[in-house]
Amino acid sequence: MWQIRVHGRGGQGVVTAAELLADAAFRDGYEVQAFPSFGSERMGAPVTAYCRLDTRPIRIREPVVDADALLVIDASLLRLPETLAGLRTGGWVLVNSARTPQQLGVTSTASADVHIRWATVPATALARRYLGRVVPNAPMLGAFAALTRLVSLTAIEDALSDRFTAPIAEQNIRAARAAFASLQQVVTSDAQSA
Amino acid sequence: MRSQREASRAVAEVVGRCRPQVVPAYPITPQTHIVEALGAMIRAGTLSPCVFLTVESEFAAMSAAIGASFAGSRTYTATASQGLLYMAEALFNASGLGAPIVMTVANRAVGAPINIWNDQSDAMSLRDCGWIQLYAPDNQAAVDLHVLAFRVAEALSLPVMVCMDGFVLTHAFEPLAVPTQAQVDNFLPPFRPRQVLDPGDPVTIGAMVGPEAFTEVKYLSAQRLDAAVNVFEWFAQEYAEITGRRYHAVESYRIEHADTVVVALGSAAGTLYELADAVPGVGVLLITMYRPFPARVVRGLLAAARRIIVLERAFAPGAGGIVTADVRAAVAGTSAMVHTVIGGLGGRPIRLASLHAVVTADALPDIHFLDLREDVVRREWERDPTVSAMEVRHVH
Repeated sequence: MWQIRVHGRGGQGVVTAAELLADAAFRDGYEVQAFPSFGSERMGAPVTAYCRLDTRPIRIREPVVDADALLVIDASLLRLPETLAGLRTGGWVLVNSARTPQQLGVTSTASADVHIRWATVPATALARRYLGRVVPNAPMLGAFAALTRLVSLTAIEDALSDRFTAPIAEQNIRAARAAFASLQQVVTSDAQSA
Repeated sequence: MRSQREASRAVAEVVGRCRPQVVPAYPITPQTHIVEALGAMIRAGTLSPCVFLTVESEFAAMSAAIGASFAGSRTYTATASQGLLYMAEALFNASGLGAPIVMTVANRAVGAPINIWNDQSDAMSLRDCGWIQLYAPDNQAAVDLHVLAFRVAEALSLPVMVCMDGFVLTHAFEPLAVPTQAQVDNFLPPFRPRQVLDPGDPVTIGAMVGPEAFTEVKYLSAQRLDAAVNVFEWFAQEYAEITGRRYHAVESYRIEHADTVVVALGSAAGTLYELADAVPGVGVLLITMYRPFPARVVRGLLAAARRIIVLERAFAPGAGGIVTADVRAAVAGTSAMVHTVIGGLGGRPIRLASLHAVVTADALPDIHFLDLREDVVRREWERDPTVSAMEVRHVH
């Protein structure tokens, strides 16, 4: 089972991101579940949403503690201890930022015994460019697909098409594709240098 | 075929396919998404003929529902928490008069202190108002139980509450199969009221009944309510033939060789199934129909259990476990030890790890509060002079 947490702020589409990821994964053949951390949905307030993917039916419903991956839509939330709490060693942290993980200074903040795989994507800039609005969840999902290969970009595009009306869906799909492409380059270059 | 949506949306869709004719509703978290979606469908004309009544309170919602039901309309509403309590007087009228209303309760804690999150204190506090109470173990059941609820309600002329854990179930987004319109139509015939208010053929419903017959009226309603256990099973079988999904008043999991059986209602089910898979000798008994209480079925299924742990999302202050009392009565005369575990109050998650610790502990008290923060409790005791004066700690 894959357990994913999405961290962001009210208005950034945090809950929608978890739902879209579940929707996409279901299209790719997974059993899925997505739900918000309830009651905190205020514009600007920290919001967490959860997503589980598995090859068999998902029965537990408790919030995700031992996460395999985190999508951090607002990098300022990395300062909160609960953001990284429970992340499994070797787990992914995808941060919305125009800077690299090294530039963010996050790679050294992790305790030595937990190996974290960091990645960044300029999701806000991509959202601004393709949507004209700062709702960075679709590019976060595109980047996540490139990074983990857990879900296909096609499934994310289909989920976006179902969720939004035609022009908005198209803008989100273009933003997701751009993010997918940018992360794919990073992932490929990592593989070559390794 | 399964497709993904928020469970509240799926409930609204399936209720729509049951062709309600009147929906009087008042919004309260976490039920709101259900009636909002129904309101949108009614406004778009997709449920025609159906009227959405915007009322001034939950008391008015239930009162309007009773009126609509006796005017011959299939009637639905939804509520939670304080909203359900505000309906209390009308709830007894709906059951006493025999109005087959179906209502979703998106279970939520009852204040004070105010808390919008899930537990089952709301529905538990009204377990004895004469309604049939069903508790959904998961969201697929929440969807299907609504169709069954209308059928059972109308067959017995009794109201049904379909309880689903607020947020945990209502706000989860997952793949769900909503029965098609053809499947629902095939299962649920048009509403034929037992009695109807018609100016052309006047009758009195709800006349005063004095001591000469009140006992008999109550006795007959209790008999009718008790019949719901069997009626539910018949219709559940018929529903399974149409949809392939079979429900039971009581479900069991791995109880054949279980020394310990955990009894629960609602969304803790999945976590308990994981627990039973992980810990040898642990089984699960899941009560879907809580009122009427299927005592004979429960007794039969618990016959071999040596230890019974009742996991409750509510409790009776000054008394203890609520469901525990029903379970104890059902297994009276057997040698099983019965313990109460109170968990999930006011939205605290019921975690697999915590339940694992409970069932594998060397000893379990009669009543145990799951994940109780002892440090917080001790601090409050230490700064509260009434505690030492009354020796509350020793009693506890």
